[in-house]
Amino acid sequence: MDKIRASLLKKSIATKIERRGKILSLSCLALIILVVFLIFYFVASRGLATFFQNHINLWHFLSGIQWNPGTIGTNGQPAVGALPMIVGSFLITIFSAIVATPFAIGTAVFMTEISPRRGAQILRPVTELLVGIPSVVYGFIGLQVVVPFVRNTFGGSGYGILSGTFVLFVMILPTVTSMSADALNAVPRYYREASLALGATRWQTIYKVVLRAAIPGMLTAIVFGMARAFGEALAVQMVIGNATLLPHNLVSPASTLTSILTMGIGNTVMGSLQNNALWSLAMILLLMSLLFNLIIRYIGRKGKLNHER
Amino acid sequence: MNAKRVDKIATGVLYAIAALVVIILVALLGYILVQGVPEISWHFLTSPALSFEAGGGIGIQLFNSFYLLFLALLISLPISLGAGIYLNEYAGQNTITGLIRTTIEILSSLPSVVVGLFGYLFFVVQFKLGFSILSGAFALTVFNLPILTRSIEEALANISDNQREAGYALGLSRWETVTKIVVPAALPSIITGVVLSAGRIFGEAAALIYTAGQSAPALNFSDWNPFNISSPLSPLRPAETLAVHIWKINSEGIMPDAKAVSAGASAVLIIAVLLFNFLARWLGKRLYKHLTAE
Amino acid sequence: MADNKTMTTDQRNIMTFDPQAHEIALSTEDLHVFYGNSEAISEGDLQFERYKITALIGPSGSGKSTYLRSLNRMNDRIATVKGKIMYRGLDINSNDIDVYEMRRHIGMVFQRPNPFAKSIYENIAFALRQRGMNKKADLDEIVERSLRQAAMWDQVKDDLNKSALALSGGQQQRLCIARAIAIKPDILLLDEPASALDPVSTSQIEDTLLELKQNYTIIIVTHNMQQASRISDYTAFFNLGKALEYAETGDIFTNPKVDLTNDYISGNFG
Repeated sequence: MDKIRASLLKKSIATKIERRGKILSLSCLALIILVVFLIFYFVASRGLATFFQNHINLWHFLSGIQWNPGTIGTNGQPAVGALPMIVGSFLITIFSAIVATPFAIGTAVFMTEISPRRGAQILRPVTELLVGIPSVVYGFIGLQVVVPFVRNTFGGSGYGILSGTFVLFVMILPTVTSMSADALNAVPRYYREASLALGATRWQTIYKVVLRAAIPGMLTAIVFGMARAFGEALAVQMVIGNATLLPHNLVSPASTLTSILTMGIGNTVMGSLQNNALWSLAMILLLMSLLFNLIIRYIGRKGKLNHER
Repeated sequence: MNAKRVDKIATGVLYAIAALVVIILVALLGYILVQGVPEISWHFLTSPALSFEAGGGIGIQLFNSFYLLFLALLISLPISLGAGIYLNEYAGQNTITGLIRTTIEILSSLPSVVVGLFGYLFFVVQFKLGFSILSGAFALTVFNLPILTRSIEEALANISDNQREAGYALGLSRWETVTKIVVPAALPSIITGVVLSAGRIFGEAAALIYTAGQSAPALNFSDWNPFNISSPLSPLRPAETLAVHIWKINSEGIMPDAKAVSAGASAVLIIAVLLFNFLARWLGKRLYKHLTAE
Repeated sequence: MADNKTMTTDQRNIMTFDPQAHEIALSTEDLHVFYGNSEAISEGDLQFERYKITALIGPSGSGKSTYLRSLNRMNDRIATVKGKIMYRGLDINSNDIDVYEMRRHIGMVFQRPNPFAKSIYENIAFALRQRGMNKKADLDEIVERSLRQAAMWDQVKDDLNKSALALSGGQQQRLCIARAIAIKPDILLLDEPASALDPVSTSQIEDTLLELKQNYTIIIVTHNMQQASRISDYTAFFNLGKALEYAETGDIFTNPKVDLTNDYISGNFG
């Protein structure tokens, strides 16, 4: 009797284990959070040096069209103009999203609404598999197939925005497709039943009811694909030509933030303007990735509100 | 045009789009396999690469890929498990938890090249690890942590609360209940998640070119002392992986049979990813069966 | 037997025990349970006699399960529990009490059978091993004894290494009872333990509980009034977060003092 009383009043082994376990798991989580802050801190501290140590004007950096850090451009300003890369990154991102969207949504609708059986058995496993294909493989195929195709069809060297767009289109297609299919699947079954019961055809139901209800989810899928396209480095670097020139057509060599970064980091001396300028490009990448994240959150919140209404 | 006709046309168009996408995707897989599989031989898989002449293999790169994968999982799994447990079992529903989740999501959406560049600054330069297996493994860990944490958290969330209550009612602490009851019950999906993430790590290149490096010095496969620099296990040697190799020989263009080697290496990568996929499904199903019956 | 029967104007009739004649295993004093701002239990103070079966009955949402789950603090994370829960002269609803240790003395069996995804043997041995009991012979003995007490030893003795999830629902629930008594608690709380089971399994569980009452104080929530009348010594009727009537089971079913109790047991609501 007294033994039990006493045991209730002192800390049991379980309580000690619990405290240790909680601290242990919290430290794991804290470590991950710390890593994120370190990433931002390290990239920002290098990327900002361009402006604070080398006194490059931010506006000249963003709008300049000559990229040859360490030298003076034709306009008398240091040649640290990142516009060609910024434009390159945005162009291939937007183009690949524009091309991929109809294909992805069409396939997703087919998978979920027209032929769910074939969708589940063939299309879904195949798309999920392709999400996992390494980007260098896409780059290699781009080099072997897309670049020669573009060269023979449109002329030029074959390297450029167009080839980059093709490669990224195929690359983000599986991701956008499977996320769109998830969004369509999340539309409650009774939406369709109600519409069909009112005499609407299948297409009217898809177009007027299902697609509309799934808009937030599909937008998320597209933005997600764009984020992936914007951040993709090697596959793009292999087919875009890596010329730091403002692209004036789609088939001349161009460059993106990621391609110049991968090319350049190893060939510059840490702490030099050449190197700092590259870190400024990395910082833009980081900020864009944040922006994509914010957009996805915003869409998610909007979507939730619409559903509640 | 009446509604019926529009419906017919739309259905046709959707069929066409789906067919086209399937053709693209199948052609993609087919191209790699048709081009690459004939290149694969025992010699190709085991001999070292040659830079200026044809006939080199991918032996060292293949070994490096597996070694890095192993190390990255070894480091990231316990951390992700801890973090996943905290998020699912301990963290309350409040603003701070929300911020933490957002932070992890941001990490998972960072372009892998940024992760690689951070790894270069932090592990290679700051910690003076140089271009090495260790730097590469850490970079891959950073890349893998958010994905794995999330999949573990989901796996734990799928285990019914009545399993937890059973543990608490026996006087077990929450930690004991989670680690000894909930985690084992979630093991099938945790393992599926781990193997799927392994597929992603295996093909990752951008995070590695400035951490594990772009060179694959010769290894002495009879020396397994990790402190010798030519030992395959040495954590401080540079280690070009298969994926990095494909990128490098295509960018440099000094290897005469770069195309053949890349095709073969790509096929090996794809096959590995396929295997990881099947393995994940198979293991998950198998374990689940093992847990629920017999 | 029970004295001090009180009849209040708002129709409550709660018996209390004479501590000289009855040993009280557990009691609550001024207990209030809140989910957020809404009060789930406002009046529910009962005493539970040692080695008896006490049934808590009442319509869904009456608070009987909430009350039961508060007794070994299973509600700590989701609800605020105020007031005292007295056990061996200690208020176990206080921060000084080691809650994990307390639950080893006040065990619980749940509505849905919840065996672990482990072998039958491990389901029982696991918690013991976790507290440092590692000798195979000791564990074997306790596993056998607990399974015998739960009246399922003969059915499973050859399958001890099979997964518990392969058992039928009734067997799973008896395994859960065996698991709970393996750690030798004082008090066993059961939250509608038979509601998910077929009639045969239900009656087997009831037999098991009648056996267990020799060594355990049992408090059982049930929505099945026949069950309450078959197995319990005392019955408490809950409605809208209040215990309205508490008496000997025979009295409450034949001669309820509170109108609502009468309505409930004669099937007029609930």
